[in-house]
Amino acid sequence: MSAGNTAIPAGPRPDRTSAARWGLYAFLAISALFFLTPLYVMIVTSLKSMDEIRAGYILQFPAEFTVAAWTKAWNSACTGLNCNGIKVGFFNSVRILVPSVIVSIAVGSLTGYALSLWRVRGADVIFGALMVVAFIPYQVFIYPLVRIFSMAGINQTLFGIVVIHTIFGLPTMTLLFRNYFASLPPDLFKAARVDGAGFFQIFWSIMLPMAVPMIVVAMILQVTGIWNDFILGLVFAGRENLPMTVQLNNIVNSTQGERAYNVDMAATMLTALVPLAVYFGSGRWFVRGIAAGAVKG
Amino acid sequence: MNAQPGVSLRDIKIMFGTVKVLEGLDLEVAPSEFLVLLGPSGCGKSTLLNAVAGLVEVRAGQIWIGGKNVTWEEPKDRGIAMVFQSYALYPRMTVRQNMSFGLKVAGTPAAEIERRVGEAAELLRIGPLLDRRPSELSGGQRQRVAIGRALVRKVGVYLFDEPLSNLDAQLRAELRVEIKRLHQQLGATMIYVTHDQIEALTLADRIAVMHSGVIQQLDTPARIYREPKNRFVASFVGSPAMNFIDGAISTQASAPVFEGGGLRIPLAGYVFAADVPAGPATLGIRPEHVTVGPAPSAFEAAVEIVEPMGADSLVWCRTPGGTAFSLRLSGEGGIRPGDRMPVSFPSAAVSLFAKADGARL
Ligand SMILES: Nc1ncnc2c1ncn2[C@@H]1O[C@H](COP(=O)(O)OP(=O)(O)OP(=O)(O)O)[C@@H](O)[C@H]1O
Ligand SMILES: [Mg+2]
Repeated sequence: MSAGNTAIPAGPRPDRTSAARWGLYAFLAISALFFLTPLYVMIVTSLKSMDEIRAGYILQFPAEFTVAAWTKAWNSACTGLNCNGIKVGFFNSVRILVPSVIVSIAVGSLTGYALSLWRVRGADVIFGALMVVAFIPYQVFIYPLVRIFSMAGINQTLFGIVVIHTIFGLPTMTLLFRNYFASLPPDLFKAARVDGAGFFQIFWSIMLPMAVPMIVVAMILQVTGIWNDFILGLVFAGRENLPMTVQLNNIVNSTQGERAYNVDMAATMLTALVPLAVYFGSGRWFVRGIAAGAVKG
Repeated sequence: MNAQPGVSLRDIKIMFGTVKVLEGLDLEVAPSEFLVLLGPSGCGKSTLLNAVAGLVEVRAGQIWIGGKNVTWEEPKDRGIAMVFQSYALYPRMTVRQNMSFGLKVAGTPAAEIERRVGEAAELLRIGPLLDRRPSELSGGQRQRVAIGRALVRKVGVYLFDEPLSNLDAQLRAELRVEIKRLHQQLGATMIYVTHDQIEALTLADRIAVMHSGVIQQLDTPARIYREPKNRFVASFVGSPAMNFIDGAISTQASAPVFEGGGLRIPLAGYVFAADVPAGPATLGIRPEHVTVGPAPSAFEAAVEIVEPMGADSLVWCRTPGGTAFSLRLSGEGGIRPGDRMPVSFPSAAVSLFAKADGARL
């Protein structure tokens, strides 16, 4: 007992901000700065004219704001001979994203439901196989899949890339939904069976409405994952359907002559806009998404 | 009302993986009977009920409902309804939707659904709750809804799996009466699982006492209480619990006598199941059957602890041999620890069990 500590404890505990706490804050501030600086540079560069960029002060605030780089990136940036801007890639990505997210979640929730609640023959084997697949780098599958898709005549098509995203999303989606459904009280499922509901009726009327939080999490995982995909889009989507990420790469790497840093930065930020919107828009759901994703490794 | 179906389980065997839960189990439930499955946690009551409902597969044996072999039937085709311990209400549906889901699935016309839900709601006094979600209900209300969901199915056999165990004592007593009334009104066959012996004794036409997957005794509540078939049933049923005294039976002057706990109790009034079995035995006597007052076989006991229980008190004493036992005295009676009183065990009220296997002698 120290002699100085004579206050009688009552009411709220006195706030004691220690030196260690200040150190922690300082560390957090520095970390934030570390990650925010590149973002800051990207934003200011994209808002400068090339003349100003050539001056070389990359941290400097734009003397004169201009969104010319953004409109150029969107409307008329060139990839090879086509100068239609990154919007082409944007709409391609949307066309890939929407069906892929819907189909992969639909299939994943259904397989997760079947594997958790119904005694599917060999459910453990199927689930084990899915988990093994989830841990194998997917580059391994690309060549065989290209051959299979070519034979099936769906290589380099929108349909093909949707199938690909569904397949590669399956382990995570199945795991996510299986764990969720397995955590529900088993009596619920039994009650539905006594009520006479069948496989799809139980899924549609009882399980899916309860799984809304998981569907949101799954959407976050899939939207960011599929939007950020590069290699699968490059290989399977076909020239007509190249996603935004691939087109961004083409724009940044195919400029001849002077590099239009401002256009590159603007195009990059445009590409990152969708995942960014998901991050900011989904708040607490996103944290759950990360936690759920952490299971996959 | 047309004849209600009976339920018959024949040589049932159920395993989970390699764990045997039930084996060679036979059970006949008569039409319109209220049968209670009573037993400690983990003895296989729920498993048995689920088997009747068709929710677990049987490894061997047959299940008959209403004279029909339903062993391979789906739950919905068995003519049963079930109330679950955890209520198992569909959380995303209103009370009305919960109750009508099964009928809707079965393709019942909307007007008929409306009528049946209204009827059940009135019976269970949940009319004002019909448009609420389960999360907006109290425990007792949820349980009523769960019962209502079973009722609208209008089946011949209702299965209850510890429907009241999540409720407080008062609500439990209240709903217990309601279930009893329901049974009288519907006249349906009911199988009711519980580990609460008061529920069992008050509700049942017959009680099946289970222990580790085996039905120990199937009898009326009165007989289960008075003539337990073995030591397990004796100790499990009854509250406060039966007293047990270890000793031996012998024949002295051609009359059977129990000696144990420092006592010598002539068994003139006891009806043996077979011949008088001499040898080690356990004597059981319920606290309310211990008599206080002068008697030929009375002994003097010192009061150690008094537990007042409202209408009566439970008084703990010791036999001369040092075995603790309890007896029930009506009223407070002014008994205090340290008091001494003459106590006897009337042989007509005792139960005797073999030492080796606990079977009633
Ligand atoms: N799905 C299962 N997998 C493996 N073992 C199980 C399963 N369900 C039950 N068991 C086992 O079967 C035995 C009987 O379980 P059951 O649920 O029938 O008990 P109970 O009598 O209903 O108990 P309680 O009063 O606690 O509900 C227990 O030993 C339990 O561990
Ligand atoms: Mg149980």
